[in-house]
Amino acid sequence: MIKVRELSKSYSNTLALDRVSFSVEANELFAYLGPNGSGKTTTIRILTGLTRHSSGQASMAGLDVFSQSRLAKQQCGLVPQSVNLDRDLTVMQNLDLHGRFYGVGAKQRAKRIDELLEYVGLADRAKSLVKTLSGGMQRRVMIVRALVHEPKILFLDEPSAGLDPAVRRQIWALIKKIQKQGTTIFLTTHYIEEAEFLADRVAFLCDGKIVAIDRPEAFMSSLGKWAVDHYSDGKMESRFFAGHEEAMMDAGSGEKEFRLRRINLEDAFLQMTGKRVAP
Amino acid sequence: MSGLWAVYLREMLILKSRIPMLVGGMSVAPFLYLVAFGFALGKDMTVAGHAYQSYLLPGLVALASMTQAFSIAGEINIARFYWKVFEEIQASPVSDAAYVGGEILAGMTRGLMAAAVVTVFGLAFGVPMNAGFFFWAGVVLNSLVFAALAVALAMVVREHSTQMMLNTFLITPMAFLGGTFFPVDRLPAWVQGILSLLPITHAATVIRAAALGEKVPALACLVLLGMGLALFLAAARLVKRARE
Repeated sequence: MIKVRELSKSYSNTLALDRVSFSVEANELFAYLGPNGSGKTTTIRILTGLTRHSSGQASMAGLDVFSQSRLAKQQCGLVPQSVNLDRDLTVMQNLDLHGRFYGVGAKQRAKRIDELLEYVGLADRAKSLVKTLSGGMQRRVMIVRALVHEPKILFLDEPSAGLDPAVRRQIWALIKKIQKQGTTIFLTTHYIEEAEFLADRVAFLCDGKIVAIDRPEAFMSSLGKWAVDHYSDGKMESRFFAGHEEAMMDAGSGEKEFRLRRINLEDAFLQMTGKRVAP
Repeated sequence: MSGLWAVYLREMLILKSRIPMLVGGMSVAPFLYLVAFGFALGKDMTVAGHAYQSYLLPGLVALASMTQAFSIAGEINIARFYWKVFEEIQASPVSDAAYVGGEILAGMTRGLMAAAVVTVFGLAFGVPMNAGFFFWAGVVLNSLVFAALAVALAMVVREHSTQMMLNTFLITPMAFLGGTFFPVDRLPAWVQGILSLLPITHAATVIRAAALGEKVPALACLVLLGMGLALFLAAARLVKRARE
């Protein structure tokens, strides 16, 4: 559904994206995991036509992103990181305008908007001004807005950033629901749990380069199952174990403070890049 | 075309949500100019064979439609730098020309509204004015030029403060020097030469001639139309460049 080959982007002397290649299958949820400034948003902005690329190729749903830009845009929906709704307009007006931007006919637009608002439990807020909605509601409006024209691919740039944990879970459930309906999802995140919970496959992105791509479980199982964090002189050292007993023995071997836990994606990211996703 | 109407509709919905404030804002400056210059300072004064109030009013129409049509730049900037709604449109299949067309139409609508407000003032104050076809055609051309200029410049600026500077250094001098308050032929020839390059000079000439029932200069209309089309094309090119 998405094919990206050797995609690069440089801003004057800075290389924001360095020959990135990946492909996303139809109906897959593909996550881009990396710290801030690693090139996640740049990739999405290039694929959705918001930023010019420096070199490389990309196609979506069989359409060249650069030479068939308008047709390619018709195939995808974008939920950017920051809320970019018209705050002085109602929820309905925002969704209706989006449908018009994508050339959706009046009848189909009205039907689709009603369905989507029902789908995310915002039918009773259709006539509310966006500025009167909570952050979580605005985020849900952003997501359904991107679905009004029934895109094959949905780009979500840090969809739960800045939301409290309860609202974050609601957004995750909504994303899963959208995927189940047949939409291919490309998601960027710097939340470990988000990538672990949602993604079919994850790409580790660091300093504009893709370091590795695999299933979350594969990344984690390559290290083992259990991790013991040892704290000493303000520093932390993690050790990884396949079995719980080995981990317990290691934990009990020292006199320093320790923490026994399951291995997560952050461990795999740290091992491969030497950096943490969330500093 | 559907993209153009969608962009226009968005601006109209925003305008509708602020209509009382906007009409109030459109009224203040022309009202003060009319009272202060037209009735206080210009009482018993004639200019170019007309009572100064009659001479001034079409100039105020040109000035008001210019500033309001140009104000679409501020809306674009807010949508671009603060609310990021510009990106929602850029990520959609709406073409650059359709986007520019929609924004220019929105600017022209504002210009026409401002001209209507000033015309109503004129009627209320009993200032005679012939607001017929050529008068409104002049307003449309003036609004087209300044809305297109606004969209083009909004794509060039990188922050809102630069936009404010453009208002100060571009629009304010034009408002006072472009034949709105006094005839430009009172100025030295070389200054007249410079002022003839400004669209507002031609707009004030066309609107005033129509309002005073005189022959409308066709050349001034053509100059305005040419400027409007050239600025439209420039704006469409600059939207492309606005991408990083």
